[in-house]
Amino acid sequence: MTQTSDRARQRAQARAQERARDLSLLLGVLLALLGAVLLGLYYLALDGGAAPRLAELALARLPESGVGNPVTAVLVNYRAFDTLVELAVLLAAVLGIWSLGPAPPGFQRSGAVLAGMVSWVVPLLIVASGYMLWVGGYAPGGAFQAGALLGAAGVIVRLAGDPTAGLPAEATQRWLLVLGVLVFALVGLGLMLFGAGFLTYPPKLAKWLILLIESAATIAIAAALAAAYVGGRPAPSKAAIDDYGSDSSP
Amino acid sequence: MTAQFLYGGAGLILFVLGLWSFLVHAPLLRKLIALNIMGGGVFHVLIAVAYRGDGVPPDPVPHALVLTGIVVAVSATALGLVLGARMQAGEREG
Repeated sequence: MTQTSDRARQRAQARAQERARDLSLLLGVLLALLGAVLLGLYYLALDGGAAPRLAELALARLPESGVGNPVTAVLVNYRAFDTLVELAVLLAAVLGIWSLGPAPPGFQRSGAVLAGMVSWVVPLLIVASGYMLWVGGYAPGGAFQAGALLGAAGVIVRLAGDPTAGLPAEATQRWLLVLGVLVFALVGLGLMLFGAGFLTYPPKLAKWLILLIESAATIAIAAALAAAYVGGRPAPSKAAIDDYGSDSSP
Repeated sequence: MTAQFLYGGAGLILFVLGLWSFLVHAPLLRKLIALNIMGGGVFHVLIAVAYRGDGVPPDPVPHALVLTGIVVAVSATALGLVLGARMQAGEREG
């Protein structure tokens, strides 16, 4: 009796496996067709020659944008609204991560060799990040690249055994995380007060406003990336625990 | 044009490969990796689209789109990874 039911189960399992294999094979064939169609369309589109595009417009108005790098001009001037909301996306992701609970514990303290390397690499990353931020005005670079470098410094610090990834206590960290959206929105609203549109920079001030926004965005992006790597709400600091007089960690 | 087609075409192939892996493999980690490969393919295509010929500066608009896309992909991946880790921890607790 048990033998027959075993055999039946085995047969059902084999059939399910076969069906899954058939399905993935079918999917593979369909997707290969999709890829061929996409490649053909792409080839036809390239063969058709250049259509009118935004590049001419973007490059023609570059002198008024306050920066020499067209990509930075697109990001922080022409399409500043997109970048503002994108910083909000990053913030929302960190809020989601924090709402899922406390951060897992960090790694053990690194040995002498890794600690020595970290003490060299992290200052180098900070300097490189500042350079990236400044160079974004006239060459490839900008807030996202600078923020990624600074965030990478945080990741290295956490890998080397600091559970906070070099980030400050939670209250300060909250300010760092919202800094990008805050400064961006305040500059936009301030410009509205002075009669310009939301985030429509006057050409004379554009360079400095963009530098201000990019600096704030760099710090916010770096804090968000490092906080995302920490992977949870930071543990309450020692001072906060002492304030409440009890251990409030969950 | 050949280089542009090869670069963009490689992006399309990456996209389709990522889509296949996303649909076929059940584990969440593999799905996240597949999503990122799909995203990488899209970035490839956008960068190929920005090319406007030798000696002409590339179109900055697709480049800005790629930068934006990378940040969104990183934050979505981070959120997905933490969600997956929490789900697994919840399953283990029962």
